[in-house]
Amino acid sequence: MPFGNTHNNFKLNYKVEDEFPDLSKHNNHMAKVLTKELYGKIRDRQTPSGYTLDDVIQTGVDNPGHPFIMTVGCVAGDEESYEVFKDLLDPIISDRHGGYKPTDKHVTDLNFENLKGGDDLDPAYVLSSRVRTGRSIKGFTLPPHNSRGERRGIEKLSVEALTSLDGEFKGKYYPLKSMTDAEQDQLINDHFLFDKPVSPLLTCAGMARDWPDGRGIMHNDNKTFLVWVNEEDHLRVISMQQGGNMREVFKRFCVGLQKIEEIFKKHGHGFMWNEHLGYILTCPSNLGTGLRGGVHVKLPKLSVHAKFNEILGRLRLQKRGTGGVDTASVGGVFDISNADRLGSSEVAQVQLVVDGVKLMVEMEKKLEKGEAIDSMIPAQK
Amino acid sequence: MAGSFTRMIAGRNGAVLLASLGAGTMATGFLMSDNTLAAEARTKLYPPSSDFPDLRKHNNCMAKALTPAIYGRLRDKITPNNWTLDQCIQTGVDNPGHPFIKTVGCVAGDEESYEVFSELFDPIIKDRHNGYDPTTMTHPTDLDASKITNGVFDDKYVLSSRVRTGRSIRGLSLPPACSRAERREVERVVVMALAGLQGDLAGRYYGLQDLTDKEQQQLIDDHFLFDKPVSPLLTCAFMARDWPDARGIWHNNEKTFLIWVNEEDHTRVISMEKGGNMKRVFERFCRGLKQVEQLIQERGWEFMWNERLGYILTCPSNLGTGLRAGVHVRLPNLSKDTRFSKILDNLRLQKRGTGGVDTAATGDTFDISNNDRLGKSEVELVQMLVDGVNYLIECEKKMEKGQDIKVPSPVTQFRR
Repeated sequence: MPFGNTHNNFKLNYKVEDEFPDLSKHNNHMAKVLTKELYGKIRDRQTPSGYTLDDVIQTGVDNPGHPFIMTVGCVAGDEESYEVFKDLLDPIISDRHGGYKPTDKHVTDLNFENLKGGDDLDPAYVLSSRVRTGRSIKGFTLPPHNSRGERRGIEKLSVEALTSLDGEFKGKYYPLKSMTDAEQDQLINDHFLFDKPVSPLLTCAGMARDWPDGRGIMHNDNKTFLVWVNEEDHLRVISMQQGGNMREVFKRFCVGLQKIEEIFKKHGHGFMWNEHLGYILTCPSNLGTGLRGGVHVKLPKLSVHAKFNEILGRLRLQKRGTGGVDTASVGGVFDISNADRLGSSEVAQVQLVVDGVKLMVEMEKKLEKGEAIDSMIPAQK
Repeated sequence: MAGSFTRMIAGRNGAVLLASLGAGTMATGFLMSDNTLAAEARTKLYPPSSDFPDLRKHNNCMAKALTPAIYGRLRDKITPNNWTLDQCIQTGVDNPGHPFIKTVGCVAGDEESYEVFSELFDPIIKDRHNGYDPTTMTHPTDLDASKITNGVFDDKYVLSSRVRTGRSIRGLSLPPACSRAERREVERVVVMALAGLQGDLAGRYYGLQDLTDKEQQQLIDDHFLFDKPVSPLLTCAFMARDWPDARGIWHNNEKTFLIWVNEEDHTRVISMEKGGNMKRVFERFCRGLKQVEQLIQERGWEFMWNERLGYILTCPSNLGTGLRAGVHVRLPNLSKDTRFSKILDNLRLQKRGTGGVDTAATGDTFDISNNDRLGKSEVELVQMLVDGVNYLIECEKKMEKGQDIKVPSPVTQFRR
């Protein structure tokens, strides 16, 4: 889905200029890269599961731009998309991930002990800490493309794996389609429940098909480890807690992920990964670590300082509103997280968050005392 | 997607294709990874039963008609334009129900969908069109407006009159399935034809992509502008893809004849005017349609039509005539009577809010139109609407004078 290779063969009867999308009013990574010539060159290709170029780019054609962020404008339908359509995706990946080259290698490091510090972020400022990533299960196509049978297969495997976890990870799976009202209310109150996507970035890529079939949420009894099944990726894995102990959050994250991966491997379905692109996910923006580690932090004075954005840029961090990617900040509280995904490891990215947030909290404290922060502004990391 | 069977073909072709692109056997082997199963194994792993949608909480015509057995027989079939059953039903799977209306829950991707998937479409058509059986019945087409009698309503009650239908261009896929090139071809064919209209039908085309702010505002003020669909019934059926590419609005200079290009159907044709002269509205409708048909035929094109299903449109609910003839009518007294719905039912009419199908009525003014589309001709349906609205107005007048009204006996279904 949406259309696949047989429909694509039919389109090849039409000339390239008749099929080429009108991207003249578009501003996303795909529109920057896709020329008529490139379209003509690769439009007859398909992945082994039947995913085509038009499938890859449909979301970018339908969504010319986003008010807050430069969107990618394309998605992968399976692991092979990144290979079959590399003529389009490599330049997009390079553009999106700071010049990452087709020959570059990505390092994976999920050894939490390599993180320095991170357990002493001031809870008076840092309200909560969270690390998330995604994982795709080898042998299945991705959410834009998979059939109901496949999605259910992913769910079945995931439930088996997740409900076999023990210790601090012991928990329960809640399928979206058979949730009771009480369960639903509880999950909403815990801020765990994900809903049918409304963002056209996702719906135009076919990711909301058959909702809520095959979708669900698993969380541990302590409510500090959460897995989303079959939302934008096969799995989204989230470790979170109140306060500023990012070290603990990251440890739980790494340990949990590794336990889950072992179980999937035993079933003959490891995670999609390669040494060039790291972990393979639906959106090219999440390649590499797929990791977004961040905090909700009070920075009312720093956030209105003239150099705030510059500081963030130098620290390789990004800001969002506390409602997530499509929101603005409320009350001086920001969601601050790593900007990078590909080309640096999990440990390195979380280290940037830990060090950067620590510095910004110190800046905030200085500004509270009416002092200047110019000497504290860091060099580009 | 596109069905496991077609994916399997892709699997084999994929290897050939990759090899032809210069990918050596090793690279091809890498791309056809261990976990990409051979075609036959994939069918075994994902038989139709694993893909059958969960319709237990659904209430639409498709969910009523689709059984695992039918799905099993149709899942791996494909139309000549490469459209599949899963693509037909996706909108019905994604939209379990609608608050005001019983939705159909499936769409056609091309003319052949109605044949290749007839095992599903025929019972849905029967359900939706009051027992019309496409396997045994034929649909009459009659666009002779002169046959309409009593077709001018009292302006005191009827504020406006309107007739709409759709037409599809044979040989091009329908909005759920069409590629950008096909959609642009539809636009080219239709716009070229419309440029040939003359006299009171002469007009011009406004492509949605190229509207100036001034033109856009004018079209909004005239209530002509259609926007990107937001209804999930349409977006889940892939009809909003590539918006606004190749979409547009054509209208005559007098603003009484309007054509939408590439919205939910290839074309939607609308004749309308203020006041109660439904006869004139329908006369212009028929004349315009016939002229457009002639103009496309001169260039070797024709409308999708057959005697089993009449005019072929995207949604099965619009088969036959595709015709909705209606008025905006004030019925302050009648609408408060408890017998109002029953009267409408018996007259085979439906009420909507004045904002259209997804709105509720506010105040005393209603959009009243014909229920039926298939099994009766255009003339018959418009006459039924005319007779029905005249009856409603008579009731309203009686009630104004304090007289009582009668519920009319039900109008007959099909002639046969």
